[in-house]
Amino acid sequence: MSGSRQIGDGARQTTVPGPLRRFWESDLMWSFRHTPYAVVSLTLVMVVFAVALLANWTAPHSPFDLASFNLLDSELPPMWVDGGSATFPLGTDTQGRDILSLIIYGARLSLFVGFASVCFALVVGVSLGLLSGYAGGWVDALIMRTADVKLSFPAILVALLINGVARGFLPPEYHNSIAIPVLIFSIGMSGWVHYARTVRGVVMVERKKEYVQAAHIVGRNGFQVAVLHVLPNTMSPVTVIATINLATAILLESTLSFLGVGVPPTEPSLGTLIKVGSEYMFSGIWWMTVFPSILLVVLVLAVNLFGDWLRDALNPRLK
Amino acid sequence: MTGFIGLIVHRALQGVLVMLVVALIAFSLFNYVGDPINNMVGEEVGEAYRTELRESLGLNDHPVVQFGRFVGRAVQGEFGVSYRNAIPVSSLIAERLPATLELVAVAAFIALVLGIPAGVFSALYRNRVSAQIVQLLSLIGISLPTFVTGILLIFVFSIWLNILPSFGRGEVVQIGWWTTGFLTASGLQALILPGITLALFQLTLIMRLVRAEMLEVLRADFIRFARARGLTDRAVYFRHAVKNTMVPVITITGLQIGSLIAFAIITETVFQWPGMGLLFIQAVQFVDIPVMSAYLVLIALFFVVINLVVDLLYHVVDPRLSDTVSSAKSGRVA
Repeated sequence: MSGSRQIGDGARQTTVPGPLRRFWESDLMWSFRHTPYAVVSLTLVMVVFAVALLANWTAPHSPFDLASFNLLDSELPPMWVDGGSATFPLGTDTQGRDILSLIIYGARLSLFVGFASVCFALVVGVSLGLLSGYAGGWVDALIMRTADVKLSFPAILVALLINGVARGFLPPEYHNSIAIPVLIFSIGMSGWVHYARTVRGVVMVERKKEYVQAAHIVGRNGFQVAVLHVLPNTMSPVTVIATINLATAILLESTLSFLGVGVPPTEPSLGTLIKVGSEYMFSGIWWMTVFPSILLVVLVLAVNLFGDWLRDALNPRLK
Repeated sequence: MTGFIGLIVHRALQGVLVMLVVALIAFSLFNYVGDPINNMVGEEVGEAYRTELRESLGLNDHPVVQFGRFVGRAVQGEFGVSYRNAIPVSSLIAERLPATLELVAVAAFIALVLGIPAGVFSALYRNRVSAQIVQLLSLIGISLPTFVTGILLIFVFSIWLNILPSFGRGEVVQIGWWTTGFLTASGLQALILPGITLALFQLTLIMRLVRAEMLEVLRADFIRFARARGLTDRAVYFRHAVKNTMVPVITITGLQIGSLIAFAIITETVFQWPGMGLLFIQAVQFVDIPVMSAYLVLIALFFVVINLVVDLLYHVVDPRLSDTVSSAKSGRVA
């Protein structure tokens, strides 16, 4: 990364600026560098991503290694409270597992489910949007009416229903092993509409432009034009939607897991940690639920703030 | 006017279509998830009784006939017997409905009474620090998941301060088939925390909407004209500006009632509130299909009716809006 930067910097003095230097000096990056909350929120998100992704190395203890728990260590408060220990900075749960490690592994699973559902929703939504805008006619009408109906129900309800139906159709003994794919599917299916509507809107505008007609004249077929020429022009609104959608997906994952229909209770995700912790809150063990809640709220807030900035920065009408 | 009647017919037909699709999902759930006979009587019952029951329930008829019968019974509010509770679903729902509707009413009230003034305030004084703090709080409110809000409120008010109940409805009074918590002190106390929890997101949504609308209206020509006429700030703001922001606010709030009912699922789980949401989530966990399909149909009916009413209101209030309705009601995502 830094190596190529230096090459770019060196080249700039004699000839044209390198790609990284041009990116750094672009309008988008200028706006980013001059918006403190965007820098802070992106840094926060990146730190959480990095720590969660490298959970195997960053977590001080392993929550899956049964031999390492000691019941004598259970229900320890955070280190700054009387009776806490520096070995377990945020305290331990009722089985003697380190809360900090649980949260790191939990964030990893929550982020994985979030990203996977965003990718799923993005692929489905963008394809349907392209198809809808490009095919027109009854295909367009069918897709857009479905989108309208879906939009009049809240995402949580759609996700719950898909989840419930999937559980109903599958025998109970498979519920835990397929819980995560079902969860990703149901969150993804509740989010595709925003992509589809936006992409369709862009396609409707772009398809009349000269470069699209030119592409048709040189002999590209409809599919090639849609994917090679029109699709790149939908990327900036799609990026904004995907960012906001990530916050929504993380929220949905934790909500469904909290309701007991998401990630199986044995797997640590932010939602299951909060759920399990809330059951012990009345016994005074508040740290089991408070710390995962804080991470969840901070993560979602940071992603939302970054998405807000990105939407304004990429919106040509606001310039 | 014929256009308007045409619109009513068009929207109503669309609503009926949505209901039929939902009914089809509910029906396939009931018929094709597991064996309905096993679900009802268990595995130990003899084959002769099974055949008899299968025949008497009409499970041997053509699926189209069965679906017709399902719709016919659903229209009369008949959804069969709950697998888990072994009582008719209709009476289960009748028992749970008042709890949810009272909770939703309280939440909608809190959201409107606090959300509108907060939005007006943060729009009028947008350069003051206090208004910016309100704006920041609204961003936090939008990022706080409902269940985290609920848990935090329980932690502070029930465990730490020990002044409000953390679960249930308190004492309720029976009026006909309706049960109400509004008439007893413990019932009212029990409504506070769940009411706030459910209201918080809608409150921030209404606040941000009012703020955006106010900023828009304050730039309009008729406001400049009102100022040019020498009207006081007070008259300009409250007689002209606020009045003109109310149409979208009221319609969006109307639409949000549907999502309040949906979000009550989470609030009811946190506070063990004996409403329909809790009933539904338990049905999903235990794959109690008659309850699931009844809730599905009922909630779809709520949404279709609310959307229909709001769509029509839009056109009554402002005939210019012919095709913008669907884009204005994108609503809440999470």
